[in-house]
Amino acid sequence: MKTTSKTTYQIPIGPIHPALKEPVSFTFEIDGERIVNVDVHLGFVHRSIEWAGTKRNLVQLLYLAERICGICSYCHPMALALAVERASSIQVPDRAEYLRVIHAELERIGSHILWAGVAAHEIGFDSVLFLTWQIRETVLDLTEYLTGNRITKGITMIGGVRRDITPEMVPRIHETLQFLKSQMEKLHHVMLDDTTIQLRCRDCGVLTKEDALSLCAVGPTTRASGVRKDVRLDQPYFAFGDLDFDYITPDLLTSEVRGDVYDRIVVRLLEIKQSVDLIEQCLDRMPAGDIVAEPKITALLAALKKVTGEGIGRMEAPRGEVFHYVKLTGSDFPYYWKVRAPTYNNILPWVPMLLGQQIADIPIIAASIDPCMSCTNRVTIVHKSQPSMVDGEQLHRLSIEKTRRLLR
Amino acid sequence: MTKTKVKPEEIILSFQTKFPGGITQSRIERRTSGTMKTEFIHLWLHVDKKIFKEVVKHLFTFDPSPHFAVSSGYDLRDTIELVYHFSLFYGTRGDELSLNMTVALPKSDPVIETITDIIPGALIAEQEKQEMLGVKILGIPKDTRVFIADDFPKGIYPWRRDETGPEKLVRNLHEAEK
Repeated sequence: MKTTSKTTYQIPIGPIHPALKEPVSFTFEIDGERIVNVDVHLGFVHRSIEWAGTKRNLVQLLYLAERICGICSYCHPMALALAVERASSIQVPDRAEYLRVIHAELERIGSHILWAGVAAHEIGFDSVLFLTWQIRETVLDLTEYLTGNRITKGITMIGGVRRDITPEMVPRIHETLQFLKSQMEKLHHVMLDDTTIQLRCRDCGVLTKEDALSLCAVGPTTRASGVRKDVRLDQPYFAFGDLDFDYITPDLLTSEVRGDVYDRIVVRLLEIKQSVDLIEQCLDRMPAGDIVAEPKITALLAALKKVTGEGIGRMEAPRGEVFHYVKLTGSDFPYYWKVRAPTYNNILPWVPMLLGQQIADIPIIAASIDPCMSCTNRVTIVHKSQPSMVDGEQLHRLSIEKTRRLLR
Repeated sequence: MTKTKVKPEEIILSFQTKFPGGITQSRIERRTSGTMKTEFIHLWLHVDKKIFKEVVKHLFTFDPSPHFAVSSGYDLRDTIELVYHFSLFYGTRGDELSLNMTVALPKSDPVIETITDIIPGALIAEQEKQEMLGVKILGIPKDTRVFIADDFPKGIYPWRRDETGPEKLVRNLHEAEK
């Protein structure tokens, strides 16, 4: 009798999405349907932003930082502003600290709702995608109302923010928050009580607490594995030290931590509620006063020009801790600028999440850490040295077919 | 897992006792945020290259799972300085301490040991320092480029400020596009 030997084959997935600082490509080693090895490649569209940053003054740099990511277009310039403020000992006015919280939390709500839609889309629930993005639209409308822009907000300034929230604007904010609250119950029900979502996401893409700690995961990815890590609480910045809230881990809702994709959904949905609550607290407690330490840009730049020192800016972006480091040497331009986006730290945790899973689970697991997942554009399956092309559509179809099979 | 917060002064003292002369500079940066003036602390240390890895190991005596955020690195013409950013005591409100450890490497021999055997999450940061600054990480488990494309010229390091820096490539860019 002829014996057959077991062979594995490779699937490269990516590249990638140009909006991320870390665009990603995977090479999967597949045995039948199971993933037995993963290799992650980064940097396909590295744009040397850190180098370009050393050719700009610090205020110009804010606008460059804003363009690192389309979703975290507030977190990056703000983390940079925090780093510069610490290097130059600028004290931010109290009112600005509260305004900064409001914008940060609004961005988190928008990002998490967007993610919920993408995650639903990955497993074939496009109706949920439309529902969530409809809700997100109101968040974008509010962002536009408060900052003048929907995506690149242009609200950050070193030493404060650029626009105030006047008393006339407050009712509009409350109106949107009320709408969000009313929709959240629906969204919780649609995403968490659905049997098919549970079948697809429970015990899928598990990241253990030990792996999350040793691989230095950040944000909802690590919190879903039961690690209490949230810069807003660990080392309060802005006005977070004044506000009443706590770490979100999935056991708050499900009384257990499994560290799977479902837990990551739970954490993000709970965080949307938390963010709405934080904005309400800010509106109630916000003191009157200045919104920026030095309103004249030329005076600010002249002062910053004399600064020699270094500083770090850390804040909890929707996807986890964003980290900026600046070194100033008494010149117009920074000597060195380091940007660490949260996905940078969440790349390595992908490996334990994906091992042992099926090909059809790749989209939802990859999406579960919340990178920009239009990455999965094109896939090549190399089987017995005969490459065949599988595009993003087909991979997506495989994922939908798995959902349909489970539905039967 | 319980973590006991240790004061920054005690951390510096502990390092100085264990590694006499190894900590060349230390600075405690205390700041406040919000109307309640919640205090937070950034600790900056300059560590001798020879004892760097032992110092990282010593961090585990304060916190069983120190979080490695990223490492920064810049060219100071004669030396290359790497700054390793850690967070300790996270998980309890307001307790976290940011610890930034600067290590100077001579330009003639920019070599440092890997910390991936202690903190596996440091891999990408170490790969990045190799390709961006031209430092050599001894014992790195994956010695490949991570952000820079494979066809980028060898021997050019984007973060260097000397003849191995990217300036030449940048000046030629507009000429190539003509």
